[in-house]
Amino acid sequence: MTWILANLGLIGDLMLVHLRLSLIPVVVSILVAVPLGRLAHRVGWLRGGVLSVVGLLYTIPSLALITLLPPLLGTPVLSDVNVLVALGLYGVALLTRSVADAFDAVDADVVRSAMAVGYTPLRRFWTVELPLAVPVIVAGTRVVAVSTVSLVTVGALVGSRNLGSLFTDGLQRGIVPEIVAGIVATVVLALVLDLVIAAVGRALTPWARVSGTSGAARRASRRRAHRAEVPGTAAEDAVTGGGAA
Amino acid sequence: MTAVSTRRRLMRAGAAAVALATAVTLTACGTSDSLSGGGESTASSSGAITIGSQDYYSNEIIAEIYAQALEDSGQTVERSFRIGQRDVYMEALTSGEIQLIPDYTGNLLQFYDADTELRSSEEVAAALPDALPDGISALEAAPAQDADSYNVSAEFSSANGITSLTDLADYDGTLTVGGNAELESRPYGPDGLKELYGVDVDFAAIGDSGGPLTKQAILDDDIQLGDIYSADPDLAGGDFVTLDDPENLLLAQNVVPVVDDAVADRVTDVLAPVNAALTTDELIALNAASVNDQKDAATIATDWLTSKGLLG
Amino acid sequence: MSVFLEGIAWLFSPDRLSGPNPLPERLAEHLGYTLLALVIAAVIAVPLGYLIGHTGRGRDLAVGLSGAARALPSLGLLFVLTLLVGIGDAPVAATIVFVVLGIPPILAGAYAGFESVDRRVVDAARSVGMTPLQVALRVEAPLGLPLLIAGVRSAALQIVSTAVLAAYVNLGGLGIYLQRGIQLRSYDEMIGGAIVVVLLAFAIDGFFALLQRLCTPAGVRVAGGAAQTTRGRRHRRPATPRGAAQ
Repeated sequence: MTWILANLGLIGDLMLVHLRLSLIPVVVSILVAVPLGRLAHRVGWLRGGVLSVVGLLYTIPSLALITLLPPLLGTPVLSDVNVLVALGLYGVALLTRSVADAFDAVDADVVRSAMAVGYTPLRRFWTVELPLAVPVIVAGTRVVAVSTVSLVTVGALVGSRNLGSLFTDGLQRGIVPEIVAGIVATVVLALVLDLVIAAVGRALTPWARVSGTSGAARRASRRRAHRAEVPGTAAEDAVTGGGAA
Repeated sequence: MTAVSTRRRLMRAGAAAVALATAVTLTACGTSDSLSGGGESTASSSGAITIGSQDYYSNEIIAEIYAQALEDSGQTVERSFRIGQRDVYMEALTSGEIQLIPDYTGNLLQFYDADTELRSSEEVAAALPDALPDGISALEAAPAQDADSYNVSAEFSSANGITSLTDLADYDGTLTVGGNAELESRPYGPDGLKELYGVDVDFAAIGDSGGPLTKQAILDDDIQLGDIYSADPDLAGGDFVTLDDPENLLLAQNVVPVVDDAVADRVTDVLAPVNAALTTDELIALNAASVNDQKDAATIATDWLTSKGLLG
Repeated sequence: MSVFLEGIAWLFSPDRLSGPNPLPERLAEHLGYTLLALVIAAVIAVPLGYLIGHTGRGRDLAVGLSGAARALPSLGLLFVLTLLVGIGDAPVAATIVFVVLGIPPILAGAYAGFESVDRRVVDAARSVGMTPLQVALRVEAPLGLPLLIAGVRSAALQIVSTAVLAAYVNLGGLGIYLQRGIQLRSYDEMIGGAIVVVLLAFAIDGFFALLQRLCTPAGVRVAGGAAQTTRGRRHRRPATPRGAAQ
């Protein structure tokens, strides 16, 4: 405890740095995955290719990816950029699939109704399909955020300074509370980010509550939508706390 | 309007506020330049001096000592500590992101001349000026060393009469040496032990840089020899015996300030007395304050500079 | 790009079979840790997941705990456990870390498998007189098997990625090349080691993809409806996220 009390400032600083290192890849992956996932949803022949590539990408172990990036990017070996790019790629890999699923799950009748009342494709996308896809996209984003926060710590092994530095320093100095503080701070950061994204998701989809849709009903409808590929749903729920949060 | 729906609206407003806060954070991130390693102060005759440190607690203490001594002399100092390893901070030094960092003579020389055969403090210090890139200089080194050293448990030492690396050749049992994974390929690793002392050793990769895992492994007899930094406070506790190295297998590692030439004039005279006072025993005491008393670097530095009469 | 060629050259150098870190040995260690942890995680998570899936109870708790477990940084967990048990028992510490990593996806795969079974099928099984145990083992378990394997596949990928860290506590594995390469600035070793890790992950992924296909009950495969969708999407990875894989 001595160490923790004497180093609250350090822990706070590292949490901020860690938050920044986590937010950048999460935001980038949203910006890349939404158009990419939408494309996979719209263009049938692209779907298999895009989703296979991102699936394969996601299989690459992170420390290996971080060390493979410098020769590809021309970055120094020990640079935050490698960590950010690697985590951004994982985020894109995970989220592209969620986005494609999210658009798949939008009720076709609703889309047709929008067409029937004369919405242009662009307006239909922004005002009908995207908003209805938001819940599933948000669920995917929460998964990305939690795993990103946790993965950032690995960067400490390749010269990135973040909460993971408490692990390497604590190991060297033999201070167990330092490592434990790092673990707790990482988990807290991940869970707070998770809750914030969930709250943003709710703020973006007020109708989900106004119409009285309960968490259970939402969960059930999502399960229905995913019947064909339940691993996605199960995992989504497992990670994000499903409709419970 | 029911109470429930009012509450929902409030929650929605709260969520929106959180979203806004997130957006603000992101905007702030966009303008931050710390991706490139922090400040970009150009070295001038009057601007702040940016001091870096390795990602190693003991190095941070020394950097903090330099920083406080310079501040005491009226200079403006910026701290960019825990930058990482030599690749990163030498890059930062040559590009002007930092102007000063404490380093260790042997490893610094080896960084630029991997095959160097030099070993003693004097030889290594003399070879540094030629090895360093243009525009970077090493100031006068401190007597303090924080070098790799081979250690056995006191029990093992007395039971087998081993106090020097020379004695190991007569030892009958299996010897396993523990250290960071890269030690296995260093010139002073297993190959060096074989070449200079005729000792065959097995290798155990323990990635805590001679920290508690390595030390415990020695005490538990999981390994017999451990590579531990010589300024580690635990080495003085009586549980370990540091083996003599009469053939100079291990490189000298004196603490040395490495500076951007543009600020050399402003720091040399301030750091000279500080470095002169920094002996290995003093460094061990500083490290003990960090590891045993768990004090932070700034406190340790102030206490030490004050006790040496180097402040004010 | 020449660094990649050097990495590949490093990989195929005859030194990989001799020297201090022979590749087959390190590969075997890496696979060994992965398999051991996977088996332990499965032994814990499969019965638990089946119980949750069959009874529908405890699901929210499992979901919550799994979520929290995924946020746990394996690196910190490995370091603190190793400090507590000592380097001599590092295998215990590492195995605990890998098992903790493997449980959530297997658990999710197990209960999702049960939940995916059409309720009408379960009712039919009951109506022909099957006991709850028979329903679970003869109906729900076989029908849920592909999803369980999807979970195991995801767990295996997480563990194989994270086993890279074992090298930091004297356990070898393929991570030793990355660690040495980074510290010695020998990039051929670093890249070569990274390539092996990636190939191993691809191979494991491919193995489980095949297994998943083989374990889809024949009846489900030939039937229409849901099975067709399954087949149509076979080429896609299961989305069970890896969470905090290292």
